[in-house]
Amino acid sequence: MNFSFLGTYYQFFITGIYITIILALIAVVLGSILGVALTLLRRSKYKVVKLIGDIYVEFIRGTPLLAQIYIIYIGVPALFSGMDIPDLAVGAIALSLNAAAYISETIRSGIEAVSKGQMEAARSLGMSQRTAMFDIIMPQAFKNILPALGNQFIGSIKDSSIVSVIGVAELMYETTIVRGNTALGLEPILVASLGYLVLTFTLSRLLGIVERRLKTSDRR
Amino acid sequence: MIVVKDLHKSFGKSEVLKGIDVTIKKGEVVVVIGPSGSGKSTFLRCLNLLETPTSGNISVNEQDITAKKVNIDKVREKMGMVFQQFNLFPHKNVSQNICHAPIKVKGLKAPEAKSLAIELLKKVGLLEKVEAYPSSLSGGQQQRIAIARALAMKPEVMLFDEPTSALDPEMVGEVLAVMKGLAKEGMTMVVVTHEMGFAKEVGDRILFIDQGKILEENNPKEFFGNPKHPRTIDFLSKVL
Repeated sequence: MNFSFLGTYYQFFITGIYITIILALIAVVLGSILGVALTLLRRSKYKVVKLIGDIYVEFIRGTPLLAQIYIIYIGVPALFSGMDIPDLAVGAIALSLNAAAYISETIRSGIEAVSKGQMEAARSLGMSQRTAMFDIIMPQAFKNILPALGNQFIGSIKDSSIVSVIGVAELMYETTIVRGNTALGLEPILVASLGYLVLTFTLSRLLGIVERRLKTSDRR
Repeated sequence: MIVVKDLHKSFGKSEVLKGIDVTIKKGEVVVVIGPSGSGKSTFLRCLNLLETPTSGNISVNEQDITAKKVNIDKVREKMGMVFQQFNLFPHKNVSQNICHAPIKVKGLKAPEAKSLAIELLKKVGLLEKVEAYPSSLSGGQQQRIAIARALAMKPEVMLFDEPTSALDPEMVGEVLAVMKGLAKEGMTMVVVTHEMGFAKEVGDRILFIDQGKILEENNPKEFFGNPKHPRTIDFLSKVL
């Protein structure tokens, strides 16, 4: 093992982690917003709207992320010809669209896990469907799905490595450059892995804190 | 106050209610009894449209609530409901459980709602639980809170769907006592229950439902002392 390359190349890893954090952050935030919107579409009383949402989720779940990234990378500029969309944006959009489908599935399972009696009790008190959904069902669903949502967020951090294929200079992309320059096979990958581990571990700790907070509000 | 005409309800192919006609007057306590699966809970749940009737009419205060353009949320404000499984909101404490609907639906100010909650908690004897969460309460306490929560909307009628069936035997009394108190104050009540003692003592009228039909209805004295329909006689011989 020879890590002496770090002295020369540490800047590559710093830049890579920075871009990875940006990608993951966008994927998680935008993915969650789109995921909630998608969930609402799929719970719509209009069959066509619901169908569109269902097809979207099936497509994302049933095709590889790598294929989706290429579709957006090549398809979007072709659709809006002349527009110059930065690769970073394409990567972030692809990751967000992918995360949204999985997050929507997670939210759906969380909503379905809340007992039917909760909605009935809320409605029988005169609350509208919307009020009952947002004030009574969603908060309970959110608590149920927090662990699963955490897994999804961690998945988004790791998935961001795939957008290196379209030339987004995130951690994995930078690592490949370092490997080429140093002719070292293993060591740069180990450094990159440590970088991912630090990110995912920090996130899971943060989510653990939120989870504990929500639990204590349950019992006194 | 509530008039039900030829109410039918089917779930898929099975017809659960086969033509129910009943009139409930203001201040009346109507107790609905019958064997499991007879349709008595479905009947009750149709009254505030938690179940949509397949056909027939229900009118509340002379308003046909089964008509298409009725604002059902408005109707439900006037009809409190208490469930077998309590259905308190587990992420809200007792005070929030009671105050949420009056604030969100009726637009009460938070302090008004809070003092209303305190008044209602006194009534159900649980003032000391104002900040407690449902998970820390016994079944009987949860059900009394659920009653207080329904009363907070100042309903004109209270619907009870087997309110004591999920309770340990020693907690049944405390819930029935609250319900008796309500009846004494003149609240209009429709109670689905297996508590024959309560039916006898508090009920103004007993409906016996079996196979989706009202087979017999009478005042408690006549109903229990002198049942007429063979099914009623058979049922009472088993439960009394």
